[in-house]
Amino acid sequence: MPTDSTSDTVNVPFRILPKLDDGNRFFWTSGADGRLRFLRCQDCGYFVHPPQPMCPKDHSKNLQPEPVSGRGTVATYSINHQPWMPGPELPYVVAIVEIEEQPETRLTTNVVNSEPESVHSGMPVQVIFERHPDEPDDIYLPLFEPRQEAR
Amino acid sequence: MAFGASQRSEVCITGAGQSDIGRRLYRNPLELTLDACLAAIDDAGLTVDDIDGVSTYPGPMGTPPGFSGAGAYEVIDALRLPVSWYASGLELSGQLGSVINACAAVATGLARHVVCFRSVFEGSAQGEKGRASTMPGGGGGGGGIPRVSGFTQWTLPFSAPSAAIWVAMFAQAHFDRYGTTREQLGQIAVNARKNAALNPKAIYTEPMTLDDYLAARMISTPFGLFDCDVPCDGATAVVLSRADVAGDTRKQPIQVESVGCAMRGRPSWDQFDDLTTMSTRDAGADLWTRTDLKPDDVQLVELYDGFSFLSLSWLESLGFCKVGEGGPFIEGGQRIARDGELPLNTHGGQLSAGRLHGYGFLHEACVQLWGEGDARQVPGEPEVAVAAAGGGNTCGCLLLTRRR
Repeated sequence: MPTDSTSDTVNVPFRILPKLDDGNRFFWTSGADGRLRFLRCQDCGYFVHPPQPMCPKDHSKNLQPEPVSGRGTVATYSINHQPWMPGPELPYVVAIVEIEEQPETRLTTNVVNSEPESVHSGMPVQVIFERHPDEPDDIYLPLFEPRQEAR
Repeated sequence: MAFGASQRSEVCITGAGQSDIGRRLYRNPLELTLDACLAAIDDAGLTVDDIDGVSTYPGPMGTPPGFSGAGAYEVIDALRLPVSWYASGLELSGQLGSVINACAAVATGLARHVVCFRSVFEGSAQGEKGRASTMPGGGGGGGGIPRVSGFTQWTLPFSAPSAAIWVAMFAQAHFDRYGTTREQLGQIAVNARKNAALNPKAIYTEPMTLDDYLAARMISTPFGLFDCDVPCDGATAVVLSRADVAGDTRKQPIQVESVGCAMRGRPSWDQFDDLTTMSTRDAGADLWTRTDLKPDDVQLVELYDGFSFLSLSWLESLGFCKVGEGGPFIEGGQRIARDGELPLNTHGGQLSAGRLHGYGFLHEACVQLWGEGDARQVPGEPEVAVAAAGGGNTCGCLLLTRRR
């Protein structure tokens, strides 16, 4: 667990946070060890997202959160200029990122640590977590930044 | 339930009506809803005593503010309708899914005359502060910050609270794969504005050029301000009738030749299999499985433009052009003009005539087929039209014919 609570929260923007329950808690707290996790069917290996109680491929109920590499690819994106609500500094990038292990599984997220105009479809990205203090466990929003080797 | 050649004209539209429409009317939304329902019933030459069915989208909802002006119960009670069948809901094949529901009810004999309606007061509800005032954390007023669950937990924490952003990402995917441009997309908005100038109920009627469109401030790339529809207040209603009782009505019935309601990908914005299209793809293809008519037979189209790209997606999905060729198809705007080969959104769409949320397109298709378009009437006494509504995971469409 991270102990330095200042360095990674100082520039955290206002966010509407998810309501945690037994089905989604693993996902939203997964970043505590820097790993992104998805629910995975232990019988056929399919990643199930958003979390569901049954694998849609083989109807197995034997599902467990498993870490993935955190690597992904920008499938599409939009540079948002509209102040809908308090949030990141404008403009910011909203993107749909495909997960390397199973590209049909995607996350709507933000691409950060990059000039908005440099973001493009097909861009290799890597997960980076934005920590929001919460009880009993902090919430970690999975954002993405340009992948190191692609910089 | 049957549509198409073997059971043609089983279900008809016999009346259509609208309330007053305005950017902000500050009137009781149920009053507007009842105005529209009574106008449609009167247009059909019927009375409330003839109505035995009610159908609406989305049913009563407190949020987003102004999204639902009335539910089925409120209308049934206010008009004291002794209904044989009624339904409302959000999980439908788009806003017109409520009409498709009613088609099924009429075709199976559950009801004879169904009033279908959609009512909004988003203009008034958002007030002078605009849309931002309705967003979580954007109201500036007390109370705690809500946590989100269900579908919204996957978008709101990433500061993506608006369908403008979600649809913009689909549009960007289309731009990237097919080379579609803002100049092409802009024709949807420019065409809508031209038509709105001839619609006395439209919200925005001042002229707008492609340069005006391109110069507008960005909302969420590739969407600028004029790619996004304008919230308003107003209600729209139609009466669906069984063909064998439609003779009781005043006007020549419009036949529901076919409906499109399929959704073959995941019911999700970001998990849908093809990010260049949406379930428009499936609803559009589905429409042609129940009829002998072809896209070439259609004389005008009223296609949802909550965001400009959605009209383009419907054009491709319904087969009016090939997938990926929607941009070149609308380029220059001549083809989709009122005097073009496929007039589009002849009332001004939601982009300029106001966000009546789906039903405005159906109403306009009926107006045109009945030849009641006045200054904006499409020439040639059109007999075949498509009305389509929705985007993302909520899409449905109707093929309408007026046979003489």
